[in-house]
Amino acid sequence: MANIRELDVNGTRRRLDVDAGRTLLSVLREDLDLTGTKYGCGEGQCAACTVLVDGQPALACSTMVGEVAGKRILTIEGLAPAGKLHPVQEAFLEADAMQCGYCTSGMILQAVALLRSHPNPSDAEIVTGMNGHICRCGTYPRVVRAIHAAAGKGGRA
Amino acid sequence: MRRRDFFAAVGGGIAVLLVDDAGAQQGGRGGRGGQQMPQDVGAWLHIGEDGVVTAYTGKVEIGQNARTSLTAAVAEELRVPVASVRFIMGDTALTPFDGGTAGSGTTPNMWPQIRRAAATAREMLVDLAAQKWNADRASISIANGKATSGSHTAGFGELTLGQKLIKTIPANVPLTPATEWKVAGTSVPKITGREIVTGAHKYPSDTKRPGMLHGKILYPPQFGAKLASLNQSAAEAIPGVKVVREVLASPRAGFGGDVVGVAAPDSETAEKAVAALRAEWTPAAAQPSSSDVYAYFKQNAEGGPAAGEGLVTYTIAYIAHVPLEPRAAVAEWNEGKLTVWTGTQSPFGVRRELMAHFQLPEESVHVIMPDMGSGYGGKHQGDAAIEAAILAKAAGRPVQRNWTREEEMTWAYFRPGALIEVGGKANPDGTIAAWEFHNYNSGSSALRTPYHVPNAHEQLHQTKSPLRQGSYRCLAATGNNFARECYMDELAHSIGMDPLAFRLKNASNDDRLRAVMEAAAEKFGWASRKKTPNHGFGMAAGFEKGGHVATCAEVSVTNGAVKVLRVVEAFECGAVVNPEHLRNQVEGAISMGLGGALFERVEFAGGKISTNRLSRYRVPRFADMPVIESVLVDRKDLTSAGAGECPIIGIAPAVGNAIFDATGQRVRSMPMAPQGLVRAASGAV
Repeated sequence: MANIRELDVNGTRRRLDVDAGRTLLSVLREDLDLTGTKYGCGEGQCAACTVLVDGQPALACSTMVGEVAGKRILTIEGLAPAGKLHPVQEAFLEADAMQCGYCTSGMILQAVALLRSHPNPSDAEIVTGMNGHICRCGTYPRVVRAIHAAAGKGGRA
Repeated sequence: MRRRDFFAAVGGGIAVLLVDDAGAQQGGRGGRGGQQMPQDVGAWLHIGEDGVVTAYTGKVEIGQNARTSLTAAVAEELRVPVASVRFIMGDTALTPFDGGTAGSGTTPNMWPQIRRAAATAREMLVDLAAQKWNADRASISIANGKATSGSHTAGFGELTLGQKLIKTIPANVPLTPATEWKVAGTSVPKITGREIVTGAHKYPSDTKRPGMLHGKILYPPQFGAKLASLNQSAAEAIPGVKVVREVLASPRAGFGGDVVGVAAPDSETAEKAVAALRAEWTPAAAQPSSSDVYAYFKQNAEGGPAAGEGLVTYTIAYIAHVPLEPRAAVAEWNEGKLTVWTGTQSPFGVRRELMAHFQLPEESVHVIMPDMGSGYGGKHQGDAAIEAAILAKAAGRPVQRNWTREEEMTWAYFRPGALIEVGGKANPDGTIAAWEFHNYNSGSSALRTPYHVPNAHEQLHQTKSPLRQGSYRCLAATGNNFARECYMDELAHSIGMDPLAFRLKNASNDDRLRAVMEAAAEKFGWASRKKTPNHGFGMAAGFEKGGHVATCAEVSVTNGAVKVLRVVEAFECGAVVNPEHLRNQVEGAISMGLGGALFERVEFAGGKISTNRLSRYRVPRFADMPVIESVLVDRKDLTSAGAGECPIIGIAPAVGNAIFDATGQRVRSMPMAPQGLVRAASGAV
């Protein structure tokens, strides 16, 4: 399979040279040092590896780098570029919507996408939109609260 | 290290070493201290010549927010802002020995030690200020990171500059009482919150070292299978791949002693290389399956099974911890010395395992534990660390060994399964006439009833486990409390008494248990609950790890589908250290407990786990969540106890009792409804 030599990650063109059949997850973590994207299951069941590709949530563990060449990839490291937190990040902090925090990057990126399509989501819409994500520490009610709060302060920012 | 060498390690300034009295530290003491520190010290704190406050503990942060609560403890006693305190945790070269972060022990044991160290440092600063200004000690106040006396004011660094003062204190220094706390007892936000929401925090599996390779291990096809032959030529032919064979000094249950692994430039090449290994295995002898394991427990009970009559049987399935971050380690060798970064609740235990396997002295093994992606009692052993170190030694490069989910759900250890037999009788007046309780295999936590029972017969029966098993959040109390509290419900119904009134009557000796039951019932509206078709209400209570819990649940059961609608849990663990984080623990324990209550179970047969992936092992998700309300009973007059575990033990029996209320069906198994509620033969009292 052809090699991929460039990826558009967090608004920057990153040079690399990797097999197009490798997963986006391993390339982000091992080749680009973007370890904010987490491995949880490798089969798309926990969504800890969620990133945004052209604004849409994608499971990096099940996405080959060859599929995303030329597309805009956003990882958690790119959400607060100048150090100013995104409203969803702020809301997660204010709601204490984490314990170990390992699921948090994926949750936040999914929530950012959710708020773009549903600027004022209902509880049911949040549950449906977020149900692919596992928080083993059980902070689900706080995540729901955080997403409502982010919606209230313009979470689409 | 000798005490006078302390400042060589940390620089000048002032330091407080808290000498550990016997039992203040979990896991014993003596001869296993931090590499650079005296052997008998449980915690220490240092204020550098730049005024930077650094505290050290062998405890680790795994999501339970110990880093935040311990930092708040320093801020409280030292009168400094939370943001100015740095905490070094779980680093075997820098922190005192610790037997492991377990048993909800950090708050009752380490938290007061850190506070004492900080309180003593504060008094040392007062002494320094008094000398500096030739002022009366009583005129000096310490606040907001400064000492002040009249017109004089000085930051900590001005006071500690040029000093090399060290003070050793006993573990009984007086502390600020809870009623006067200003920082402790408040909802200090998670210290590492910003790093987490920005993805900057480095978990153990995020560790990187220059020249690092990725490792993978060849695991047997079933528990107990033995490696008969190995052809590694195809794997070795892959560029950059190193194949390694070694025998473990201590074989692992189920895995054995033969380590065959690879180190490769990236994780996917490591996977390909392991797949290219051609191994033949000698199959293991027949092993029990998850369906016949309960009979196996009883057949293999030491001293034979219980002889009691009229006992009802509860079964508790093996379940998996499923920490979202699987086990992970990076190992690096430098001139015969080993450094390992790994996710573990026991960095000193992992160091001991590494020392034993590699025959190394203490000073040659350094274990560092970055704040990790949870544990729940499931990350005590050093398997990943040993694997990484074996591969790194052979490869001559640092090696990362991050377990996959399948490996985590097969080769880690499980919460033990159990067979529990219960019998008893209630008198018409609501007292308990007889009580008998037998646990096979899972353990003694919450084996003893907290209720007033004459002639109780309660016994743990050791037996054989077909699976590797170990600690889990609140240990066997998850199963024992389920069986006891469900059976208490059966007894209450047998005499037509309200389950809350029955419990309160029999908890007359325990005001704290009564208080949480009353608090939960009031918030829930227990007295005014209205029975409707297919809806039910249940409650349960318990005591464990210094905490008291009571849980009320409302469920609906529709065509066998159980939906938990609302849960109210009251929890009391002495003086509350951080209300928001405590609520988070209570909510999280309920969420996690719902999985074990309703659908989590490890299925196995022939030495193979079939529930080895998240697509085959269901854990609670957003859609499973009830409305959760917590009631914190804050007892400022009582010592603070830990809260990571006890809040998990109320949910399963509360839900079980609510299912009975809704359907008349008594479900005596955890999980209760893995594929929905199944009509079973009734054995009601």
